[in-house]
Amino acid sequence: MSRGGSYADVRVIAQRNRALTTKNGKVGSAADTESVGMNVRVIADGAWGFAASAELGRGAVEATAARAVEIARASARVKREDVRLAPENPAVADWSTPYKIDPFTTSVEPNIELLLKIDAELRSVSGITLAEANLNFSREEQRFASSEGADIHQTKLSTGAGYAAYSFANSEIQKRSYPNSFGGQWQSKGYELIEELELVENARRIAEEAVALHQADQCPEGTFDIILDSSQLGLQIHESVGHPIELDRVLGMEANFAGTSFLTLEKLRTLRYGSDLVNVVADARQEHGPGLGTFGYDDEGVQAQCIPIITNGLFTGYLSSRDTAHTIRENRSGGTVRAEGWNRLPMIRMTNISLLPGQKPLTLEQLIASTDHGILMQTNRSWSIDDKRYNFQFGCEIGWEIKGGKRVRTLKNPSYSGITTEFWNALDAICSGEEWTLWGTPNCGKGQPQQVMGTGHGAAPARFRAIKVGSAYKGN
Amino acid sequence: MLTQKQAGEIFDRIRALSSGDEIEVLFSGGKFALTRFANNTIHQNVSEENHVVSVRTAFGQRTARATTNKFDDESLRLVVKNSEALARVQHPDPDLLPMPDSRSAGGTGEGAASAQTRHFENTAEVTPELRAEGVRKIVAVADRRKLTSAGVFSSGEYFEGVFNSRGLSRWHTQTSAEVSVTMLAADSSGWQKANSADVANIDPLRLGEIAAQKAVGSAHPKEVPAGKYTVILEPAAVLDIVGFMFWDYSGMAILDQRSFLTGRIGTRLFGENITVLDDVAHPLQAGSPFDGEGVLRKRVALVENGVVKRVVYARATAERMKRSDHKGAVGLIEPTGHGFSLPNEMGEMPLNIVFAPAGDPQTVGQMIASTERGILVTRLWYIREVEPFEKMLTGMTRDGTFLVENGRVVGGVRNFRFNESLIHMLSNVEAMGVPVRSCGEESFDMVVPAMKVNDFNFTEVTKF
Repeated sequence: MSRGGSYADVRVIAQRNRALTTKNGKVGSAADTESVGMNVRVIADGAWGFAASAELGRGAVEATAARAVEIARASARVKREDVRLAPENPAVADWSTPYKIDPFTTSVEPNIELLLKIDAELRSVSGITLAEANLNFSREEQRFASSEGADIHQTKLSTGAGYAAYSFANSEIQKRSYPNSFGGQWQSKGYELIEELELVENARRIAEEAVALHQADQCPEGTFDIILDSSQLGLQIHESVGHPIELDRVLGMEANFAGTSFLTLEKLRTLRYGSDLVNVVADARQEHGPGLGTFGYDDEGVQAQCIPIITNGLFTGYLSSRDTAHTIRENRSGGTVRAEGWNRLPMIRMTNISLLPGQKPLTLEQLIASTDHGILMQTNRSWSIDDKRYNFQFGCEIGWEIKGGKRVRTLKNPSYSGITTEFWNALDAICSGEEWTLWGTPNCGKGQPQQVMGTGHGAAPARFRAIKVGSAYKGN
Repeated sequence: MLTQKQAGEIFDRIRALSSGDEIEVLFSGGKFALTRFANNTIHQNVSEENHVVSVRTAFGQRTARATTNKFDDESLRLVVKNSEALARVQHPDPDLLPMPDSRSAGGTGEGAASAQTRHFENTAEVTPELRAEGVRKIVAVADRRKLTSAGVFSSGEYFEGVFNSRGLSRWHTQTSAEVSVTMLAADSSGWQKANSADVANIDPLRLGEIAAQKAVGSAHPKEVPAGKYTVILEPAAVLDIVGFMFWDYSGMAILDQRSFLTGRIGTRLFGENITVLDDVAHPLQAGSPFDGEGVLRKRVALVENGVVKRVVYARATAERMKRSDHKGAVGLIEPTGHGFSLPNEMGEMPLNIVFAPAGDPQTVGQMIASTERGILVTRLWYIREVEPFEKMLTGMTRDGTFLVENGRVVGGVRNFRFNESLIHMLSNVEAMGVPVRSCGEESFDMVVPAMKVNDFNFTEVTKF
């Protein structure tokens, strides 16, 4: 501040990651990584500056602060208006992810044995040509202090695990994953997550499904009622609700990379985003569950909150930060700002963007039983959406045709596509709480330089009426 | 920045702490700064410096890695200890090879000499003020054309080094400058991006003007029905989509039977006009001349006249391939210097892709002039693999999509979703431009031409 800034904050961060993978009976990678550093974010001459350094000595900190001020002043050379920060009472707090078993206290050897046991189960099924399994642990310890007086210490822990079985035959590669694709399930938890996932118990079934897909019928093309399992619905929420509600995207700040959003400001509290059954929240609070978007305070020192995003189908909220809250006439940030690490600028990120479960008791089997003709799709295989988040197309690993309330045949290569608001307005049933799972998406990319962040998405299986199916294969 | 001499001294300290049979140390890092703008104003402006040391220990056939960005004695002792602790509990890997010495890692090599010229002092010394000045020029274009600009101007210098206990020592330094611009109008947008090791090759004003022209030219986009079209893909769009196949040009991908080339090497998979190399020494390429073990990268002809000739190999993958059932059907098997740092599960990948020039290159303008009805595409977006063996991909057009009729651009169209097989696409290339260094957001940088492609499969249209 002595260099002329009007605001400054400092984050000192130590991260540790352990990644263990196996592939076809061998250890693929075994790696421990730690990264320690600090950053200074300042407002000077009404503009932002940010500098980061791995050096933590007094001289390095002062040099980093000076560089941040220099950069802020350069920013001010191309500025239209001064940065406006929403007020925030400076917090002094200590917060830690609740966990039972610190994964870093577990020995490497039994973890590798677990992965190799899964691997052996997968490859015991004839026709499996590739088996991959992974365990991932991470810990981040952060100290945040601001010129306003905030002083927050947080320790965040996350655990991830999963596997995939591939079968190559007859010029076709089929794949099944458990408990989800792209690394499995990830939560802000300790090693107890691994024990809850029943990884070994499900391995043989998953491998058999991968091989059986070669004999399954191709998913038909046409208009069908579809039921999405909770993991696929979690990704649907991520792409077609989570990203478009990021206020920095709406305001054009991501226009050059991640894109903008169809959710322009006049749509707040006027747009019918989905059917009456659609209730979505952005909830970073501990009581929402152990999502990858659960924390005590965001990286601007704002306490975790629950923001109603879609309320009975009406669009009611954005993800905001201290410097964007004023654009939606809020006097406080939504507390959604996070950075990938010590060398990255905090920015608006999804927290736990969750579709609340249905109020009436409804299991997946009851939902299937109430469906006359439709397709159940499970586990994501491909995902794509345009840069305003209107048109999407998703592919899943496996599907089942439903006729007369029963699964009548397995389908391979199921896919569906649509326009975001039309899709959410087609939702006519959501399973209830016992079918609800808080999934972790560990690989959400955004920003320049790109930052990868973990986000959480709670969902229960749901049904959507008259959806376009199979156009991914149209014309090919 | 860390120098090779300093890194060598740190390696000696680490080696003295090691009880492993063999030890390898990777150094990486550098300085990076990025000025980001949107709504015609700089809204993010960042700078960082970081150095990383990564230690791999081998006890016989067991190996593991630990990494830190702390260089004090205690941290180095801990990182060695962690790598050893991880290595000791590994199962022996029968495919693990002894670390390479200088001879078995390719000697000095032609690629190394060329790549040394990729560090430019003027680029290493780019200041926040200079980046802001570049942004100011772009914003001035936006103001003049009544548009809204967004983008980045970044610069940095980087190093990579490999040292091992067999005396191998590799070092590479490089600079990079990059500008990316999006120009937004009420219902249209335009985009351009370029990078170079030498900031003198980057012209923010020109990039801003082209992006602005695309935004203006695609205003009030018409909705044109989905279907099969002749498309003219600008180089960035070509890069975006073809990049998705190069993970498969890997010996490990063949061994894993996850490559679409499994059983297809030696066959004509693409049109006769498609020839693709991996060539780190190409003057328009960038990057380190050695791989994750310090093996020098060779120039590899991947596709010749549409026929897939071979794939790339890390050392251990080449040895495995020689013992496998695939060995008679994959072309030449040898370490090519494309391996990732060990241990890893992916093996290797070509990262310096160069498309060979066509015999009769055409400009984009000539391609447009010869097109009765087609779509001109600036860039592609959010590409994902739908089907891995036919290499069917989906994605969107973005930031400048135009209808071409009777040999001229007639206006902007709403963006399309495509579902297209790369095999089909590269078998239907009617014309190509001169290959240029190109960069996008969907794939790594390459030297690629613009392409005119027949029967490109658009399956849906979005709302803008």
